[in-house]
Amino acid sequence: MENILAQAAKVAEEAEVFAVASEETQAQFEANRLKYLQTKQQTSVALRIVRQGKIGYATTTELDDRQNLVNNAVETAQFGMQAKFQLPAPSSYPQVKIFDSKMESVSTEEMIKLGEELITAVTGHTQGIICEAEVAKGVISVRIMNSRGGQAQYRKSFFSLGIEGNLVSGTDMLFVGESESSCRPLSESRAVAEVVLQQLELAKNRASVPSRSLPVIFTPHGVASALIMPLMTAFNGKTVLEGASPIGNRLGQLVFDQKLWLWDDPTIVYRPSSRPCDDEGIPSQRTPLVEGGTVTNFLYDLQTAALAHTRSTSNGGRSHGGLPAPTPSAFIIAPGKATFAEMVQDIKEGLVIEQLMGAGQGNILGGDFSGNVLLGYKVESGKIVGRVKDSMVSGNVYQVLKEIMALGSESKWVGSFLQTPHIYCPSLSVASKG
Amino acid sequence: MTVEAVAQELTEVIKRHDADYIEARLEESQTSHIAYRGRELESIGRATAVGGNVRALVRGGWGFVSFNNLDALPGRVELAVKQAKFAGSEASKLAPAEPVVDIVSAEVSKNPVTIPLETKKQMLDEYNEIIWRTPEIQTSIIGYGDSSKKTVFLSSSGSYIVQERTDIILRLAAVATRDGDVQQVGLSVGSRGDFNLIQGLHQQVAQMSRHAVELLSAPQAKGGEYTVVLDPVLAGVFVHEAFGHLSESDFVYENDRVRQLMTLGKQFGSEQLNIVDAATVPGLRGSYKYDDEGMPATKTYLIREGKLVGRLHSRETAAKMKEKPTGNARAINYRYPPIVRMTNTYIEPGSVSFADMISDIKEGIYAKNWYGGTTSMEMFTFSAGEAYMIRNGKIAEALRPVVLTGNVFTTLKNIDAIGNDLEMNQGGGCGKGEQVPLPVSNGSPHIRIRHCLVGGR
Repeated sequence: MENILAQAAKVAEEAEVFAVASEETQAQFEANRLKYLQTKQQTSVALRIVRQGKIGYATTTELDDRQNLVNNAVETAQFGMQAKFQLPAPSSYPQVKIFDSKMESVSTEEMIKLGEELITAVTGHTQGIICEAEVAKGVISVRIMNSRGGQAQYRKSFFSLGIEGNLVSGTDMLFVGESESSCRPLSESRAVAEVVLQQLELAKNRASVPSRSLPVIFTPHGVASALIMPLMTAFNGKTVLEGASPIGNRLGQLVFDQKLWLWDDPTIVYRPSSRPCDDEGIPSQRTPLVEGGTVTNFLYDLQTAALAHTRSTSNGGRSHGGLPAPTPSAFIIAPGKATFAEMVQDIKEGLVIEQLMGAGQGNILGGDFSGNVLLGYKVESGKIVGRVKDSMVSGNVYQVLKEIMALGSESKWVGSFLQTPHIYCPSLSVASKG
Repeated sequence: MTVEAVAQELTEVIKRHDADYIEARLEESQTSHIAYRGRELESIGRATAVGGNVRALVRGGWGFVSFNNLDALPGRVELAVKQAKFAGSEASKLAPAEPVVDIVSAEVSKNPVTIPLETKKQMLDEYNEIIWRTPEIQTSIIGYGDSSKKTVFLSSSGSYIVQERTDIILRLAAVATRDGDVQQVGLSVGSRGDFNLIQGLHQQVAQMSRHAVELLSAPQAKGGEYTVVLDPVLAGVFVHEAFGHLSESDFVYENDRVRQLMTLGKQFGSEQLNIVDAATVPGLRGSYKYDDEGMPATKTYLIREGKLVGRLHSRETAAKMKEKPTGNARAINYRYPPIVRMTNTYIEPGSVSFADMISDIKEGIYAKNWYGGTTSMEMFTFSAGEAYMIRNGKIAEALRPVVLTGNVFTTLKNIDAIGNDLEMNQGGGCGKGEQVPLPVSNGSPHIRIRHCLVGGR
């Protein structure tokens, strides 16, 4: 890495090398039994330079091929964007616990056992269900160096287990599923299994809904599938800078319901989305985005921050192997006071939504969403009466979050990018078949 | 060392191991990309990558090891075999494969990655300028990417196949705003490496930009059931989502209830309906000569005269279902094992003209172009980039983008007219599990669907 940096520094005003190495093991189960064991090793190096004021960029997996990497970066710099930022000088980083040395000693046998336990729990509950499961562990090392002497490096371990069950009867297909992840080894499958069993219980009976406006409770999974992508786009400093964010000019204004508190947080201990610094070496920070319904911040990387005359919020991410861009680490929505049972009791006729398929395909920027209720339940007179199918739910994220009936008292992680409670909304448009 | 030299060494190594089957794939690739957000070029870059994998099968269990460090390969082969032994618990089943030794070079005369960045940038600048010239456009989003990849496949049954392929994808979007309202319209095009095919789109880009502005004053559809006419692009997405994924037999082969549901011979649609998947069509983004298990590509009828007649297979799914392999095992890159995937999937043309198709619709929706689509096998949704009301047999006012949904077992039967104007769309990419976006193409003539559920206010 030092050599690449030195070589690049000869032809550029500034240079930065970002290197990632990872090793991952996965046990994959198909049709209720172990099918695949996989090991994946990967290394890559990205070089960003500023040459004659412009940004050049190249990546490679061949660490020995320094000259080619530098040449490619130089070639692209002819056309690159004007660099408006300065790479960070040496700085100190928060202590964020994301590595557990016990990860190495987790054996393949233990991983397989966890997967088998999960499948046994689910197939023991429902006859004929076909499950896929995955148990994975790994370690990722990140190193960043730049020509201003800035340097950061960290190691992160991760572990995940997940299951998806498919129950077919006639032409009807029911999909249930749950997953859990951590930077520490997980040794328990019960919590994940119980969520799936509850989904199976609630989906046992069928119920129909009318085509009209109805109150809706989004479960944490439901929030993830319907509401969160438009928000992640709208709070992206780049969308704001372009004038394409509906909340871009509403900083300091009350845009959402006063019950809503939302922030981005890469510093939570042992979360796979956490890290001591972002992919540009900026120390991690918790960034409040909505406080009591008021928009308080947007997310920035170095370049976007410089263009917007503000500071990086430590959200420079290289999610697709490209140049850093504003990227959320994990969105956290603060819990409220209502239990899920209380929310359900409050509804005369309505819906609980676990999974809204296709909601991310609409006009994300404008906040409109529309999706098929892949997993959802009908509520009648305060009780869940059965699973809803052949229905579409449509709305606009900004209207939905402007008037929230209640937020759930318990928060839950969905994947590694969102922690949220249930969200109870007074009215959404439902279109139902037949 | 070149990947070919490494591959030569590996052929000896895999012979020494005790497994039912071993294969290895080695890849080297070059890519370039250019992205615009707004007027400014946002990102431009070049990447090179080398990597490979070894996959072993022992007693029905698979071991898979991927790497981009090409040293110490004997140890990686050993690990893959060890993992396979660990996972295996039954007899291995693979459809027989003739050993193939072949070299397939890229079809295009000019590797798109080697075209100067300046040429690519100039073309994108022209497109971007057209978007920005349109009044009330707030911003533009443009993403261009090309790749050139060489893959060496070798197997313990004696295959040794070198394949080269190139690919280009271009996505443009125009974003219009008015009073806090944001609307966007996109255009996706692609080619199997032929740069000429993505040039000269100026008129389409202008039309896309105007449409984004028009949407600001367009109403939202009222949710409910409609007679819907799909243009070839959207109908292609529909056939891919609504039926294509269900015909991938890795979802079928070990699930007895799904096997029953998908019994060959079952009636899925009207006699006019024919659905095909064919990697053998030359020059499309889903085309190839051999899949990632070294099996020759085929043309497979999935539905013929409305009846289910075939499905897509890997060697394992074909053997377990006692059907013929179709050469549909594909991996997005060396990091992943091949899984059953589509290639170029289309509805064969019928005889109805577009004018006839809409002439007797009193109130319906004409849905065009493509935002996205997804499936849960039984249920699917797909979204149109453009939509218009059809009133009394005529195209009427524009609507905001609509999301359509349906149930595959009823919706295919509700197709009651198939047009005479097949077109293939090259701008898509298919996702399955983590393997996204895989180059595929979809196509169809215009089709009409009765009782299609549309989301809306």
